[in-house]
Amino acid sequence: MLPYPILTVFLILMWLLLNGFTLGHFVLGTLVAVFASWGMASLRPDKPKIRKWHLLFKLFGIAFYDIIRSNLAVAAVILRGRPKGHVSSFLLLPLEIEDRTALALLAVILTSTPGSAWLEYDSHDRTVLLHVLDLVDEEQWIDTIKNRYEKLLVEIFA
Amino acid sequence: MSAIILFTAVSIAQLMLAAAMAIAFVRMFRGPRAQDRIIGLDALYVNAMLLLVTFGIGTGRVIYFEAALVIGMLGFVATVALAKFLMRGEVIE
Amino acid sequence: MILAPADLPLWAAIAVAFFLLFGASLTLIGAIGFLKLPTFYERIHAPTLGTSWGVGGVMLASMIFFSVTSSRLVVHEVLIGLFITVTTPVTFMLLARAALHRDRAENTGYAPEKKKASLPVQEEGQIRPADN
Repeated sequence: MLPYPILTVFLILMWLLLNGFTLGHFVLGTLVAVFASWGMASLRPDKPKIRKWHLLFKLFGIAFYDIIRSNLAVAAVILRGRPKGHVSSFLLLPLEIEDRTALALLAVILTSTPGSAWLEYDSHDRTVLLHVLDLVDEEQWIDTIKNRYEKLLVEIFA
Repeated sequence: MSAIILFTAVSIAQLMLAAAMAIAFVRMFRGPRAQDRIIGLDALYVNAMLLLVTFGIGTGRVIYFEAALVIGMLGFVATVALAKFLMRGEVIE
Repeated sequence: MILAPADLPLWAAIAVAFFLLFGASLTLIGAIGFLKLPTFYERIHAPTLGTSWGVGGVMLASMIFFSVTSSRLVVHEVLIGLFITVTTPVTFMLLARAALHRDRAENTGYAPEKKKASLPVQEEGQIRPADN
């Protein structure tokens, strides 16, 4: 009956937030949400499997902190220019995660962090091409992404 | 006192956002390539949305937020369609 | 410009002003970088300043303002903020892929070539399609 219960609940919630909490809007929003989740089911058959919910919040916390930090770092680069020895370059990053949702999450985090942009994922040899604005040490960057994000993602989507 | 602080902050923020919009506009015209122009358009609509929200704060009216929401959604779809067009040469396959 | 009639407490006014100026100046810095940086792949980083904390700062300011004056429920900002955070990476990834594709197709030298391993294996003597 309901293929994506969480999606449905969130759609109803969003409808109510946008239109006000009344019974009429609740009924209308429920109708819309149920039909939308049926539509979603016919689009995408595989469901994301999330094992550890609580780690998701830790991931968001880390990402939030990193986004603030790299915002200031990129602002400094733009205003003062790059320090000596720092270059902007492409970076080929090997990945272990294969789950689609985990990949999407990593892509959103990396792209919304200023200073790193996710360019292209190659599903054949499981590498992703990144572009980094302020690169000092390639190994260190790869290590950071692997230890900070990928480990958590592997745990969440085990 | 708080009205003065608020008024100054809103005015300066509006000037800054308008300047950002102007810069995005310059990049949109200068290019040099199509992808630069599209990113310029993207930055332009995000800045316009922020400017609308600051107008909302300045006037205390809610109606600006509806407009901001609509701009955000339409801008996203437009940019995606343009990016897709760059990649394949057609929007709907 | 008409100011809101509600009398804001001083701390709220300062908080609103701070977040507003923070967001707006980050957006402006992002725009300056967008004009200044030399190549497309560097330029793609600059607008994310505006879309991450530029949007975040302005939305926080407006949330504080409207929840203190309490003229309405403070949810539109959260929705706009969430929406922008989720959609910008999608557009940027698509654009970056399109740019890579175009740069590779025209051999402009900006984009790195695809690694050999990811290409389909070429047998000796097989006729290659004209790719230049």
